[in-house]
Amino acid sequence: MEIKSMYFKANAKTKLADVALQGNLENARGRFVTTRAEAIKELDDFEGTRDAAEAIRNRVIDNLDLWLERFEHKALDTGAKVLWAKDGAEVCRLVIEIAKRHDVKKVTKSKSMLSEEAGLNQALEAAGIQPVETDLGEYILQVDNNEPPSHIIAPAVHKGLNDVADLFHKVHGTPRKTDIPALTREAREVLRQHFLSAEMGLSGGNFLVAETGSVALVTNEGNGRMVTTMPRVHVVITGIEKVIPTLEDLSTLMRVLPRSATGQSISNYFSILTGVKKPEEHDGPEHLYFVLVDSGRADVVGSDFHAMLRCIRCGACMNHCPVYQTIGGHAYGWVYPGPMGSVLTPLYAGMENSIDLPHAATLCNQCGIVCPVKIPLPDLLRKLREKQTERGLRPLTERIGLRLWAWVAQQPRLYALGARIGARYLKWLAGGTDRIRLLPTAPEWSLGRDFPAPEGKTFRELYAARKHQAKETP
Amino acid sequence: MNSREDILGRVRNGLQRNGSNAAVGREEMQSSLSSRTQGPKPVFDSEPKALLERFRLKSEKQSSTVDIVAQESDVPTAINRYLTAMNLPKSAVAWPSLAALDWALAGLVVEARGARDADLVGITGCFCAVAETGSLMLCSSAATPSSVSLLPETHIAVVPAARIVPYMEDAWALARTELGSLPRAVNFISGPSRTGDIELTIVLGAHGPYRVHLVIVEN
Repeated sequence: MEIKSMYFKANAKTKLADVALQGNLENARGRFVTTRAEAIKELDDFEGTRDAAEAIRNRVIDNLDLWLERFEHKALDTGAKVLWAKDGAEVCRLVIEIAKRHDVKKVTKSKSMLSEEAGLNQALEAAGIQPVETDLGEYILQVDNNEPPSHIIAPAVHKGLNDVADLFHKVHGTPRKTDIPALTREAREVLRQHFLSAEMGLSGGNFLVAETGSVALVTNEGNGRMVTTMPRVHVVITGIEKVIPTLEDLSTLMRVLPRSATGQSISNYFSILTGVKKPEEHDGPEHLYFVLVDSGRADVVGSDFHAMLRCIRCGACMNHCPVYQTIGGHAYGWVYPGPMGSVLTPLYAGMENSIDLPHAATLCNQCGIVCPVKIPLPDLLRKLREKQTERGLRPLTERIGLRLWAWVAQQPRLYALGARIGARYLKWLAGGTDRIRLLPTAPEWSLGRDFPAPEGKTFRELYAARKHQAKETP
Repeated sequence: MNSREDILGRVRNGLQRNGSNAAVGREEMQSSLSSRTQGPKPVFDSEPKALLERFRLKSEKQSSTVDIVAQESDVPTAINRYLTAMNLPKSAVAWPSLAALDWALAGLVVEARGARDADLVGITGCFCAVAETGSLMLCSSAATPSSVSLLPETHIAVVPAARIVPYMEDAWALARTELGSLPRAVNFISGPSRTGDIELTIVLGAHGPYRVHLVIVEN
């Protein structure tokens, strides 16, 4: 997917002014936060389960090469084929090769963020193969001129009922409906025909189980089951970091994933798929391929951002992020929005293309608190800010400003004089009150809040005065 | 260099892989594969009666409906009762493993095979059921095709009470003992298919069944 994160500030501004979007975001905010809070109460030891989930993910990523070899070995044993892709272009090439080998004209897809990363739909179309998104949200976006998703769990969360009503009326040529169940049925009927006629199904993978060589899929709509049951070929596209050890580990992770994502105790369907159908079986694919994708992940192993590889893509960090809640997912400009996206986009799509993202955070740590695998997201964002400075990626004015500051801070007398002037100036600005309404030096900062006014004297002045007083009193 | 070697090579570099830490890593891997450590689980009463009650409550919370019958021979009549009450057709596709039940006697036309698009009612059994979350565990095979619980608008599942286990971990243990290796598809099903993709409003019946009805067999 083409990266647009460099336009973050301008895009965020547009999104803030979009009244319809603001309404849709407010609706989402309430639901995601409340349902998760309710769902985690069902676990007697949610924190203990989080610790266990973190340990499971660490166990794998700390020895990722060994676990990948182990998974590959088991998957081959089940009759699956395992392919490796360095980047999005290789993902596209491999999938098109598989499609051609099996004479595929149509591909039904269940949600795969990696296929978004790779821009797979466009590549398939260019190769004369029809891709059909079947997750309702993804389908809505595909028929709306391939609009990118704005959330990893609820891809069309930025759209309202009326948008979907207009869209289906236009695309399906049916009378306009504003009833959500009726719209859902309409999509069901259109997509059912695709499920039955596609020769190939394509899915992501929530987890790869090393013990059994299986892929685990967490879904609600049943489209994940359709694309992995009806077509003759099933292709799984997953990141190399998705391996977990055992089925027991899968159970532990399933206690935190749906709860963190949608506030469900368990998703409607949880499918563990292993190998291909046996000759006597009625359904299931005859061919199963795993495409294990790097696309920047291998270089994160062992780096300062290693912990990010624990991510299980639940979306809780964005649902609880005050910045995401206010601007939505599109402003972030790439596949992954919110705090996890602000870490992943610089790592996978280039730090120089996403300068503003690590700063699009208040570092309030809401994301860190809700993360089911305890990724220290604010620490990682701060580390990315450091890297930007190290690599000289910050704007010239900021670099000059900081250098000036560093110089002044090393001159105690000059610093004290500056602080004295500053404190008095700010007191004067407050005009006898304890608040400053508008800071002339930073008008944007004080646009939505007041600046607390200083008392007029600096800490050093007060300290010296007190020391003097102590000397006077015996 | 092929992509596999390139990717694994960079992962090894990142981990500063050498002979000795590889040996330690392999040992850790073997131990976690054989120890199968379990995480914390919610605590509840696992007496058979309590399990059945929890499974029923959790299933209803997932929008399934539940009927309880005394023995397996009561199943066809119970299903007929449900189909009548719901004003649904009396013909269905069922798992071949359920072919021996006397469907005709209860006034139902049941074909034992994999499902087709036109089938409106699908009847399955289950490998076991999980009380923690109110989930059915279905394992695919020639006698238990996965399409029967997926294509029809109504899914009816027969659940022997003795097959209700407390946790998903218990289901894995059963699968290892009884099946050896995993079948092609294991599906945990918790209520009818649903979507929240339009304004986060939950709608039942996305691409799979609109309704799931469970007939629990006590004996």
